[in-house]
Amino acid sequence: MRAPEQRPSRPEYLAAPADATEFGVVEKPLSLWETVANVAILRKAAILIVLALLWELYARHLDNPLLLPTFSATVHALVTGLAGGELAARIWTSIKILLIGYAAGIALAAILTTFATTTRIGNDLLETLTSMFNPLPAIALLPLALIWFGLGPFSLAFVLIHSVLWPVALNTHSGFVSVSTTLRMVGRNYGLRSLRYVGLILIPAALPSIVTGLKIGWAFAWRTLIAAELVFGVASGGGGLGWFILENKNTLDIPNVFAGLLTVIMIGLVVENVVFRTLEARTIRRWGMTTT
Amino acid sequence: MDPLDAGPLLDVRGVTLQYKTRDHLVTATYRVGFEVFASERYVVLGPSGCGKSTLLKAIGGYLTPAEGEIRLRGEVIRQPGPDRMMVFQEFDQLLPWKTVRENVMFPLLVGGKASRAQAETRAREYLAKVNLSACADQYPHTLSGGMKQRVAIARAMAMEPAMLLMDEPFAALDALTRRKMQDELLELWDETRFTMIFVTHSIAEAIKCGSRILLLTPHPGQVLAELNSTARGASAEARALEERIHEMLFAETIEAPVARA
Repeated sequence: MRAPEQRPSRPEYLAAPADATEFGVVEKPLSLWETVANVAILRKAAILIVLALLWELYARHLDNPLLLPTFSATVHALVTGLAGGELAARIWTSIKILLIGYAAGIALAAILTTFATTTRIGNDLLETLTSMFNPLPAIALLPLALIWFGLGPFSLAFVLIHSVLWPVALNTHSGFVSVSTTLRMVGRNYGLRSLRYVGLILIPAALPSIVTGLKIGWAFAWRTLIAAELVFGVASGGGGLGWFILENKNTLDIPNVFAGLLTVIMIGLVVENVVFRTLEARTIRRWGMTTT
Repeated sequence: MDPLDAGPLLDVRGVTLQYKTRDHLVTATYRVGFEVFASERYVVLGPSGCGKSTLLKAIGGYLTPAEGEIRLRGEVIRQPGPDRMMVFQEFDQLLPWKTVRENVMFPLLVGGKASRAQAETRAREYLAKVNLSACADQYPHTLSGGMKQRVAIARAMAMEPAMLLMDEPFAALDALTRRKMQDELLELWDETRFTMIFVTHSIAEAIKCGSRILLLTPHPGQVLAELNSTARGASAEARALEERIHEMLFAETIEAPVARA
């Protein structure tokens, strides 16, 4: 048998919570240093400054401008190149073909993914094609592109499309597949069908994956373009950034080679930290669809 | 005119529902039939595995019966549509890329049911009904679970559908919020007298929210009884009904071991 429960002899009581005005500070603003340290862009800028300083110091110590020109010499070459218009023209040539290839790749990825989402055979097709072509480096297709399209923008566009299409299609498709059953049912409850369903429900719901795909696609495209230009470079009107680097290497104008590389890096940084970051801040971050 | 004379709004006749899992064909309900009349708060009640959610999905038009048919105002239901707005149990049923107000307006706009100005007026009106006017411009991820469910209810009601289909809308809420939401739902019903089908596994919730209760048996779901709920506030009768339903639903499980012995 169970022993009778021992009732606690502690008395009950009622308390009076203090009024909000009594306990002074509830929220205190952070100090200036903490506020500055919280801005990601400032932290990253600090890293860049430190890297530039290390470069400058080591290059001065090495004192061999043929192997490693100083940071200041590189910046000087960069500014001269931009002011002279030569580098600017090269950048424009590269960017132009890059945007064409990127846009065409995304458009093809959109078509392929829509097909894959709406039909089972399309799904199989996309999965087979991506597993075949995604691991294939775009640059490996360049010899083939040269035979098919000759020395010119078409070849570049071809390898660019190849480098953009598969990662974008793969990420978009996996984004579509992972849209929750509830959201799908909500969309169909509204009477949305086919393309309107894809456009109004699936695309926004899969946006985190789509943006990841766009970022990867951009990085792949940029890499592929510079590499392709380094291999054969000259489109009819004049080469792009990769050609600029190769040309200056051949004339042993090493600060210009570094200026070209620095340009590639800077464009990458700007696109990643300004374009994609703004896109994310306006969409998935604002909608609470990402944790970072 | 008595609403009963107008005939049933929804007529479910001999509906057998089956769905496929990876290795089985599961029969969720077997020859279930019932009628729902205008302005009824019709509750489908049963233990888990009685196919009540599957039944609601079939009324929603998401799956076709293997046998029997479901008619809304005489028309056979073939696909999902905005005349049967669903409220789900999951909190992620709001579109995260739209504000609360836009979430309510969106189905009105895509269905071509209202112009932008009309949709805005209606969204404001129904958000006020669920006491969420202050949150109209927030994004769903900033809301609590109860608030999200209220938005989902406002969104469904703003469409002024033939009927509201509610799939355990309060099941994922904490007990206090759930009780508050039930009261609010009844207040809303007093105001607009909408027709709803409410699926739940809670006997207390069924008696509180429903005007008529359909009891289903599990594996597969078959009709066990259709009862009238008690008048609101009659707590002694409600308790008696609760006990009666409890006995009906669980009688088998108590008898079964005796029968086998």
